[in-house]
Amino acid sequence: MKAIVYVTIKQSVLDPQGVAVQGALHSVGFQEVESLRIGKYIEIELNTDDRAEAEKRVAAMCEKLLANTVVEEYRFELEG
Amino acid sequence: MRFAVLVFPGSNCDIDCYKAVEDTLGEPVDYVWHTATDLSAYDCILVPGGFSYGDYLRCGAISRFAPVMAEVAKAAEQGKYILGICNGFQILTEAGLLPGTLRRNMSLKFLCHDAVLRVENNETPFTSDYAKGEEIVVPIAHGEGNYYCDEETMAKLKANNQIIFTYASNPNGSLNDIAGISNEQGNVVGMMPHPERAVDSLLGSEDGKRMFTSILKAWRDRHDAAVVR
Repeated sequence: MKAIVYVTIKQSVLDPQGVAVQGALHSVGFQEVESLRIGKYIEIELNTDDRAEAEKRVAAMCEKLLANTVVEEYRFELEG
Repeated sequence: MRFAVLVFPGSNCDIDCYKAVEDTLGEPVDYVWHTATDLSAYDCILVPGGFSYGDYLRCGAISRFAPVMAEVAKAAEQGKYILGICNGFQILTEAGLLPGTLRRNMSLKFLCHDAVLRVENNETPFTSDYAKGEEIVVPIAHGEGNYYCDEETMAKLKANNQIIFTYASNPNGSLNDIAGISNEQGNVVGMMPHPERAVDSLLGSEDGKRMFTSILKAWRDRHDAAVVR
């Protein structure tokens, strides 16, 4: 089974990298960009077929290491 | 008084920390590898700057699971003095020994220059040799030093005098100009500026020296009191 994890900066927290990239898009003519936030995309291969168990374990991975919940949020999808 | 300087793969201020203790205090100091599982011999633990584990994932995120960190948590619990500098500060926040986190600098630039700090709290084991409100010059060198915590945590930091140093001129976007904080008990301090790089006028400043003399004084006060009792 494969897990796809997205780690993003909380809406309440400023993302200076996102602001800079948004400014760069504006300066090259993409005026329609209203806001932009940068996050992380993580692919994990798991050696299990037990969906419920995988869900629990991946959530634990996010809480313990993959996201810093002081400033980040996470969500994930399971495939296969 | 015995000092430990932790060494992670990627630490690069460990030698500066070691030398700062050796030269300013002349007290025994050891390098302690990240795999160590016993810190009981040490009275003060310095978590140095650098790029432990390449800053992969987040600064300090991987180091906090090094075997030695369980011992650091134990030492913190026992009231031993723990000072995290730069990457050391990031590791202590990731480990949950200090509140909040360090985000990317607002400018997105790595900043490497002298900074003027204000001593906000001089009633800690780390700052008693400074005057309250004193301005000191200590260099910074970081890409992720932008302190953040939620409002509730900030209210606690203020109420409990846990803000130890602030920047006179905010270089990185830190909330309330925070440069260094302590835990609630006051025995664990984290700061982005490098006092170990400011221990001799030849280095440009010796304003960092008194952090080390303060720690020794605090330890002596406590130790002598224990002997008398």
